[in-house]
Amino acid sequence: MASDPGRAPGVKVAPAFMRLTESEWQVVVGSCYDGYPEEACGLFIGTMNDGAPTGFVSEARPCRNEAASSLVYRIDGRDQLAAMRAAEQRGEEIVGCWHSHTHTEAFPSPTDVSQAAWYPDWLYVIVSLKDDAPVLRAYRVIDGDVHEVPVALM
Amino acid sequence: MPAEVRLPTVLRAQADGQATVAVEGATIGEVFSALVTQYPGLRGNLLDDQGGLHKFVNVYKNDEDIRYLEGLDTKIDDGDDISILPAVAGG
Ligand SMILES: [Zn+2]
Repeated sequence: MASDPGRAPGVKVAPAFMRLTESEWQVVVGSCYDGYPEEACGLFIGTMNDGAPTGFVSEARPCRNEAASSLVYRIDGRDQLAAMRAAEQRGEEIVGCWHSHTHTEAFPSPTDVSQAAWYPDWLYVIVSLKDDAPVLRAYRVIDGDVHEVPVALM
Repeated sequence: MPAEVRLPTVLRAQADGQATVAVEGATIGEVFSALVTQYPGLRGNLLDDQGGLHKFVNVYKNDEDIRYLEGLDTKIDDGDDISILPAVAGG
């Protein structure tokens, strides 16, 4: 199923970069510290092209973790729909999500990989709080394979 | 009475590629039964083995999450919109 950590060799995955503004980065990482010790989560609104995210994000939108757990997350269904409606109103789409790993690396867990099959075109951002400094990394999960997407801070 | 059910992208292949399907039913449960009878490929993605709602599926009646209404027993009126969205979850 899942490939080894890192980028699968020889596979080109869109987008080339995920672009986050400084303030979006702060919203994402801040929400993860706010949610601690539980896992925090949220959704990215942005644009898609040809069934893949362009890498542009117009909004990072924190959502409630319905699972209220330090081990798993589930984005509150009401927050998810509200995000989708907000995206539709601007002619945009939900292009990805984030969640925190409170005590493990910023790499998709087996559960993260299998759940990604529901939204195969999304960007999956994971924020690790395991060390003193937060680590934010982004991925596409395609057919069970994990591909890292570099994050460009704007 | 007929309800419009909006399917998420990932499930459309199992419903002949349609984004919305019109299905008869007086409750969400009845609509789902009719839906999986018409498109058996949807069953495993919408319902669990006991016929309950699949754990990772969110269902909305007119933008209200049915888990905060009456679940599968939620009644449907003429013209109600039903949306299905897979949950966003992980570990
Ligand atoms: Zn995870």
